[in-house]
Amino acid sequence: MGTEPSVAALAPGFTTALFAVAGIVVVAVLLRVASRHGTPLRRRRATKVSRYLLLVVLGVIVLFPIYITVVNSLLAPDQIAQRPPLLFPTHPEWSTYATAWTSGHLGRYLMNSFIVTVAIVVGTLVTSIAAGYAFAFLEFPFKRTIFVVFLATMMVPLEVTFFTNLQTVVSLGWYNSYLALIVPFLATGFGAFLMRQAFLGLPGELRDAAKIDGLGHLRFMTRIAVPLARPAIAALGLFAFFSAFNQYLWPLIVTKNDQYRTVQIGLKILSRSQISTINVTFAGIVLAFIPLFVLLLVFQKQLIRGLTAGAVKG
Amino acid sequence: MGQVALRGVSKHFGAVEAVRDFDLEVEDQEFLVLLGPSGCGKSTVLRIIAGLEDPDRGTVVIGDRAVNDVEPKDRDIAMVFQNYALYPHMTVGRNIDFPLKCRGMPKPERAGLVASAAEALGLTTLLDRRPAQLSGGQRQRVALARAIVRRPQVFLMDEPLSNLDAKLRVQTRTELIELQRRLTTTFVYVTHDQIEGMTMADRLAVMNEGALEQVAPPAEVYAHPASLFVARFIGSPPMNTVTGTPARLDGELGIGTSGGQIPLSPAQRQAVEASAATTIAVGMRPERLTIGTTGPLPATVAVVESLGAEHHVICRLTDDQEVIVRIGTDAAVPEEGAAVRLDFGVEHLHLFDATTGDRIGR
Amino acid sequence: MSATVDPLPAAPTDRPGPGEVPEPDPGDRHLRRRRRERLLAAALLAPSALVFAVFVFYPFARNIYLSLYSTPPFPNLPSRFVGLSQYSQVLGSHNFLNSLWVTALFVVYTVPAGLLAGLLLALLAHQKLKGIRVFRTVFASPVATSVAVASVIFFTLLNPQVGLFTYWLGQQNQLSVLDNPTWALVAVSVVTVWQNIGLSFILMSAGLQAVPDELLEACEIDGAKGWARLRHVVVPLLSPTIFFAVVVGTILSLQSFGQIDLLTQGGPLQRTNLLVYNIYDQVFNQNNEGRAAVMAIALFFITLVLALVQIRLLERRVTYGN
Repeated sequence: MGTEPSVAALAPGFTTALFAVAGIVVVAVLLRVASRHGTPLRRRRATKVSRYLLLVVLGVIVLFPIYITVVNSLLAPDQIAQRPPLLFPTHPEWSTYATAWTSGHLGRYLMNSFIVTVAIVVGTLVTSIAAGYAFAFLEFPFKRTIFVVFLATMMVPLEVTFFTNLQTVVSLGWYNSYLALIVPFLATGFGAFLMRQAFLGLPGELRDAAKIDGLGHLRFMTRIAVPLARPAIAALGLFAFFSAFNQYLWPLIVTKNDQYRTVQIGLKILSRSQISTINVTFAGIVLAFIPLFVLLLVFQKQLIRGLTAGAVKG
Repeated sequence: MGQVALRGVSKHFGAVEAVRDFDLEVEDQEFLVLLGPSGCGKSTVLRIIAGLEDPDRGTVVIGDRAVNDVEPKDRDIAMVFQNYALYPHMTVGRNIDFPLKCRGMPKPERAGLVASAAEALGLTTLLDRRPAQLSGGQRQRVALARAIVRRPQVFLMDEPLSNLDAKLRVQTRTELIELQRRLTTTFVYVTHDQIEGMTMADRLAVMNEGALEQVAPPAEVYAHPASLFVARFIGSPPMNTVTGTPARLDGELGIGTSGGQIPLSPAQRQAVEASAATTIAVGMRPERLTIGTTGPLPATVAVVESLGAEHHVICRLTDDQEVIVRIGTDAAVPEEGAAVRLDFGVEHLHLFDATTGDRIGR
Repeated sequence: MSATVDPLPAAPTDRPGPGEVPEPDPGDRHLRRRRRERLLAAALLAPSALVFAVFVFYPFARNIYLSLYSTPPFPNLPSRFVGLSQYSQVLGSHNFLNSLWVTALFVVYTVPAGLLAGLLLALLAHQKLKGIRVFRTVFASPVATSVAVASVIFFTLLNPQVGLFTYWLGQQNQLSVLDNPTWALVAVSVVTVWQNIGLSFILMSAGLQAVPDELLEACEIDGAKGWARLRHVVVPLLSPTIFFAVVVGTILSLQSFGQIDLLTQGGPLQRTNLLVYNIYDQVFNQNNEGRAAVMAIALFFITLVLALVQIRLLERRVTYGN
């Protein structure tokens, strides 16, 4: 056990950063207070400036870990160790990414992640739409009970059952295979619930009109209900993508070599590498981060829908 | 006191000019109705008065001070929103109390004011309910109570009746008029419903595309619409308009249309000659037209709509333009398909420059 | 979902001709249609049901079974039925109680902080300012980081020799904060809060967006500004979202595993031995499935209670009206 660091023992660099943030916040607050006096125009301008100042400071804090990771991924290992630290790559070394992709096996890890994720997303959508449709539009015995059983699956997280599931997977002969990574997640109670709600939200006359037009259930589902429920399907798909891509515990225990490891597990391997290749680790992190970040930028609205489906709709 | 004035006010949202160079004076204790079709900028004008939007240019005056830089809460106004904007987590009593509480008024004083506002609107028994437990009409009254409790100089109302059903709307209309008489405060009331405008207003301000078309008492707006837009917007069924050009008929100036010649009065002839208009829209109120065997306009009866107290006869002129005639139940109803002639007194014609929309003559 | 269960009604027989042949017995038709509907429902539900049976309910049952047997000290020996006595033994053990305590601390460190951070950012981003969308994306961006990404970023930045944060903390070539019994859990919590800020921000923003603009404008006219508006109007209206975020955040926090595996492996001195990591450790390092099963059941019940609380709160909100 070493000496216990106390706040007083913090290094000058950290203290400076702390003071800088505190200073900017104080300036913003002062501007706010000052904005109550002076001419209207100046008042409004002061309010605006203080708001932007706060937004920028908080934005920098939130983004800093990602930013510095990108910077470090472009530095040589000795530059990363340089003190005072470099906060901007003067001579970006893009070759690190190639190294990460090949000898860091990031290419393989990412491909595994994509195979697994896409399979899970497609599977989840199919099973959720099917089950949601049954609960929304069909009459059958014990409907309520079965629905409650489906919901109950949400109460049993993988964190409770992972080791017994591992035994199942091993006895099925699926250990260290795509099947093990994919099959347990092909259906979720949440998905069935979400799709049921989406289908119930469609106007009731639609089913009646379709009946009069002679449309059977399968055709009504594929031609009318599914296209109309597209927003919910998109939200569910993105949600499934994020959770499948980000899985950690399960891929960790059912894979044993790089052939099937997903990128999240690949990161663990990378993080245990030598300091001499720490830049490769940073590049690996960036490569693992990019897919979801791009999805976030492109599908922000649908993703937010998916993430808040439980909160807003209840 | 409670005067409101907008002087040279403009406001744009992106490329859209919501309000254009707007001048309006509202007198103390006046009930002014801002009337116009949806999207004409009337709500923006109200929100500028409230201080919820800042004008790009121009001055807003409330009482005797310019309030451009005054916060909404300090403008001495109250506002009733279209959806009432009641706080869903507060009881009726707390909703009414909230504006007073925000101003730091001591509690005993507040209790009295809340009680009297609730009393005035018949809400005394509902004070402990939540907005979700009230009917539409009751919510509307809570919104009014929250507005009157502060005794502001000016009331701003944004389509407050539009969420009520037809019957309740008529009843609430009357109550609002009575409330305004009793409170003796200035009301600025926004609506797209011409009936609300005609029945409630001391003066109507008719807006179109961000600009004022006419400001006058309702009867004046009806009798002498200042523009083609106002003429068509006010009145139900709307005013008929037939477009033509100035033409000589038996040596006298009239309006020649493809459906027939329309004669003019001497004053109207003078006005037409004085104006530079080349095409003229002639407006005829449905109730000013008569159907008979004589008259300048030949027509065919297309459809007769019977509304009980009156009939609307839709006639087709020879050039296929439609004209609606309103007749009482005691008049003879023509057969559908009958060939008739339409007659009118020339003094009831409204003339407009068809290109600019401006009224020609008095 | 094959042609055999195609539910299309046989059109000609369904159409009773006016005054033609005597109508077919309607009871018969109904019966057939109902049977077809049941078959279709079974076909649609079967795939999900199969997955749930094999990967949710069976392992859960097996978990209960395992929890009643003590695992032998050496493999290949038969396990012995001990019944509930294993529960009292495990749940009373120092190892489990420590996990419970550390997990509780972790929840306390991460949930309120994440919530407040998300709320603050959401309030700031809920203004009409030019370029506000850029800030919204920035604040939401940590949602794109997985547990592994977030953990490895901080793990690398906390590297005892070359880590930037190590340098800023003045800990260079000393014991890393992750190996420090006092600070390890705090460090793990900071990583977790940062990783959750995006989600928290998105939740709070959605809640704020659901507050009608008219209400906020009514506030302006009523004279409620700043703190008063926040306290009397915004927070009460957000309370359903806040409850939701607290419960979901707590459940997620309880189930945290990745950051422990990547940052501290439960150490130092078990100070970061969160419940799920402990279960993992029991299975893969201590080879004691019986103990692991008991802890897993305990975790299940804790989650269940929270989920029930959540359902009750949601029910209450329904009566709250809109």
